[in-house]
Amino acid sequence: MKDFIIPDDRDMGTPAREGAPVTLTIDGFDVTVPEGTSVMRAAAEAGISVPKLCATDSVEAFGSCRLCVVEIEGRRGTPSSCTTPVAPGMVVHTGSSKVRKIRRGVMELYISDHPLDCLTCSANGDCELQDMAGAVGLRDVRYTAPEGAPLDNHFEARDTSGENHRYLPKDDSNPYFTYDPSKCIVCSRCVRACEEVQGTFALTIEGRGFDSRVSAGNIFDDFLSSDCVSCGACVQACPTATLQEKSVIELGTPERSVVTTCAYCGVGCSFKAEMQGDTLVRMVPWKQGKANRGHSCVKGRFAYGYAHHQDRILNPMIRDRITDPWREVSWDEALSFAATRLRALQEKHGQKSIGVITSSRCTNEETYLVQKLTRAVFMNNNTDTCARVCHSPTGYGLGQTFGTSAGTQDFDSVEKTDVVIVIGANPTDGHPVFASRLKKRLRAGAKLIVIDPRRIDLVKSAHVEAAHHLPLRPGTNVAVVTALAHVIVTEKLYDEEFIRTRCDWDEFQAYAEFVADPRHSPEATEELTRVPAADLREAARLFATGGNGAIYYGLGVTEHSQGSTTVMGIANLAMLTGNIGRPGVGVNPLRGQNNVQGSCDMGSFPHELPGYRHVKLPEVRKIFEDAWGVTIDPEPGLRIPNMLDAAVDGTFKGLYCQGEDILQSDPDTKHVAAGLAAMECVIVHDLFLNETANYAHVFLPGSTFLEKDGTFTNAERRINRVRKVMAPLNGYADWEITQMLANAMLKESGGANWTYTHPSQIMDEIAATTPSFAGVTYGMLDEKGSVQWPCNEDHPDGTPLMHVDEFMRGKGRFIVTEYVATDEKTGPRFPLLLTTGRVLSQYNVGAQTRRTANSVWHGEDVLEIHPHDAENRGLNEGDWVKLASRSGETALRAHVTERVAPGVVYTTFHHPDTQANVVTTDFSDWATNCPEYKVTAVQVSASNGPSEWQEDYAAQAEMARRILPAAE
Amino acid sequence: MTNSPPTDEIIAIIDAHKALEGPLLPILHALQDTFDHIPQAAGPLICDALNISRAELHGVISFYHDFRDAPAGRHVLKICRAEACQAVGGKALAEETLAKLGLDWHGTTPGGAVTIEPVYCLGLCACAPAAMVDDRVIGRMDSAKMQTLLEKVGA
Repeated sequence: MKDFIIPDDRDMGTPAREGAPVTLTIDGFDVTVPEGTSVMRAAAEAGISVPKLCATDSVEAFGSCRLCVVEIEGRRGTPSSCTTPVAPGMVVHTGSSKVRKIRRGVMELYISDHPLDCLTCSANGDCELQDMAGAVGLRDVRYTAPEGAPLDNHFEARDTSGENHRYLPKDDSNPYFTYDPSKCIVCSRCVRACEEVQGTFALTIEGRGFDSRVSAGNIFDDFLSSDCVSCGACVQACPTATLQEKSVIELGTPERSVVTTCAYCGVGCSFKAEMQGDTLVRMVPWKQGKANRGHSCVKGRFAYGYAHHQDRILNPMIRDRITDPWREVSWDEALSFAATRLRALQEKHGQKSIGVITSSRCTNEETYLVQKLTRAVFMNNNTDTCARVCHSPTGYGLGQTFGTSAGTQDFDSVEKTDVVIVIGANPTDGHPVFASRLKKRLRAGAKLIVIDPRRIDLVKSAHVEAAHHLPLRPGTNVAVVTALAHVIVTEKLYDEEFIRTRCDWDEFQAYAEFVADPRHSPEATEELTRVPAADLREAARLFATGGNGAIYYGLGVTEHSQGSTTVMGIANLAMLTGNIGRPGVGVNPLRGQNNVQGSCDMGSFPHELPGYRHVKLPEVRKIFEDAWGVTIDPEPGLRIPNMLDAAVDGTFKGLYCQGEDILQSDPDTKHVAAGLAAMECVIVHDLFLNETANYAHVFLPGSTFLEKDGTFTNAERRINRVRKVMAPLNGYADWEITQMLANAMLKESGGANWTYTHPSQIMDEIAATTPSFAGVTYGMLDEKGSVQWPCNEDHPDGTPLMHVDEFMRGKGRFIVTEYVATDEKTGPRFPLLLTTGRVLSQYNVGAQTRRTANSVWHGEDVLEIHPHDAENRGLNEGDWVKLASRSGETALRAHVTERVAPGVVYTTFHHPDTQANVVTTDFSDWATNCPEYKVTAVQVSASNGPSEWQEDYAAQAEMARRILPAAE
Repeated sequence: MTNSPPTDEIIAIIDAHKALEGPLLPILHALQDTFDHIPQAAGPLICDALNISRAELHGVISFYHDFRDAPAGRHVLKICRAEACQAVGGKALAEETLAKLGLDWHGTTPGGAVTIEPVYCLGLCACAPAAMVDDRVIGRMDSAKMQTLLEKVGA
């Protein structure tokens, strides 16, 4: 195993600046740094570390510890180097005898109120206070207790006179880290990290002087009850053992670290996996990671315990019928059982009777192999992926308008934006690290427009307030987006020069005529959308005239019957206002899963080979036919919903489903269950016996992201390396298992074996066959850290911004966006609209996060309902309620809140015992079949507990999960 | 002790000062002037109006010793404990006064007449020891003067 060498991970003391170069002299060395840089950082650039405690480069300088004092020729006194900006010609001395003495005196005061239990302290070896005591040469603490009284301090629980009223016990309410006030030096780094980096403002310094303490929330709060979101920024910033990971307390300090990529959301944060042997001690956000810039959220930072959870299945299992218990078998037996069954099904029911579902959680290399399995071994195009149920409309919509199926910017772009539209996304919960970067920009003065049925946290939370919140009725996105365009066109706020040079002017004329029609005016659509017309007009004017305008959107846009139309409407808005092709602007889909972009790039869709090239094109097929030595079927294959329909009809019989739980995540659970039950060979390849596995005949245990090499591609098209830090507990990485399954089938049919020995070989094959990946190699990723596709001869360093000089398709294309109401309508029986989403602490179907301590924040799905609707139904906070739609019903507890509008209810889908998707319908996007999760007509009524369906389901799941003891 | 003050009254006070630059301290002073303390119920209302977190509010209130979370007695007697006053018998005077009333610092006499608080310098070092009753400062305190003072405020 080759560890990735971390280039430069030093703490530079204060944040980097941009500006004109300034040259100064520090300890006799000339240093040139950007204007505005601190003397401390300039010294660090020259390799000189000025002692410091309260400064760290993730937060602005504070100047409180007085350890970093220096002498500057021509200036009086000893200024703190962290708060003093450089000036041309400045001559600085960082180590004069005067400042040495001051530092030693300061350190002596600090240590007089700090316990000297370094050897047994959890930060031993990883403590800046310890390091600084060494750096200043502290040899003695001369402060002694006055006669007859103890020395005033914060760290002794009891002293000679009895209880020490200054002593506070450890707060270990947070499941992942502890707060030990006795170790605190009140440097405020945690408070500042919470404010500046995370933007939650959950911490403060209470009291003053010697009474000052770090406090989470108010006096009656502990860390768990406070506003803390457990992002870990404070723990990261703390120089002592005051805020410390519980895993470090338990295991000790790590001995090495490996840079890898988080396997949760589409932000794709870079982390250092800090290890002791093959034990993971902690995950620490990596400062050089270009997506997260050293920040993290509770999931990536702490919620990795699922990798060693007792529920994880480590041996392959098979069974003849889904009513049988599972039987643990050898890999050989499981794979030949699967291969024989699949080949038999193809012989009996035809070549196209089986297919695959690729995973947005697995690596690019693994996804590539799974689609290759169906195209080169099954010899059909029956491949689809979970992107079908989330961002397939993004692929279609942006492909049609701009010419490529991806976001236009990098995440750094948000630092240059002036007006942001967030539509159908809840970044503080779904994409927390991006949300923190967005909030930082908003606090610096950028304006925000939120278009969402719910009052999400971004609408108003500490120091962030949306200029406009357009609380639209679920299902009316197209009408609202078109109304925004109506205002921009009729009030002539569009960017004519941009449109004339970059877009097709004739198409614009036709589009302008369409949107200018009075029936698209905000006043005309107000009744339908429930968005006040005046507010919508103001929002449109702000976006068109407020400077750099960026649009960020999520599944609230795509998961509708008109998802693709809304995506095109969003692209129209960006083109109308000239907000494409430079930093601070653009159209940015917030991808749900770590590798949903990558799984789409890798040819997971039934009509597209890798690189979004249609399977009907002979020249594209030829590339892969030559590479794989097979003939590729020119007919597109089945999408997930078509597979399930065909299964119910009896023509689709076998499925290899990698790392996706379609039973829980796909809409209309009963239909999915019927489809799966009708198949004769369902192979589930996963970490856990998920809900889909209840209907499986073969279970292949999967490996976690910690156990394999590969790449993930995040929402900004960034290809990030995933590095193996421990051996797979199940024996094989997922790509090896797919290869073994392919070879088992090829053995049956007599084909040549696949012979990959490392994922880098798979990436080489991807690069050789896919133009947008042509320049990507593992060597290059190791060198650069990451790269954004397209990466090829034209863009050897990748492409942070797309469509800079012209659109990928040439001229940007305006597409008419007619609003068509969904067929899912409210009525007397189902008067409310249900919309679904996620919370911060849980992820997707919860298979991972439910198996971590994250459940303390969200132990069950609840139904958010407006007080008015609750009162009508006699419902109180915490009551069991029945949630029923035309598809099905479930029961859960009510949470009465004004976050949702009257007439709208909201829940999450993280828990299988609730199964929100038993309620959702099978309506879907007209272009891509992306299910309409976000709009379901429902009724809510009082209930006594779980529904009959939930009880049946739980019983069936229990039966289906029986495992026979292994045969001797 | 007291019923919590009406929400509308708190909101009216907040609104009256909200437009100021740096409105938090004026709001807190106005609340304390009106209710003789900062009512707990005001916390969420202030946070909502100024869009700050409850931690930030707690940080500010706890920084200033004069903001109270419960009303004081009818009179507040502050005795200076800074160096100059200590040097001329301030410490002894303070201890004697507390002992006489049977109180600790911040305590209030049983009838609610007077609350005793420490203060660190009233700017009267030239005529130490110093004390302050409500808004009135008194120099050259001694036992007798203190006794008269206490009687006057009904302690």
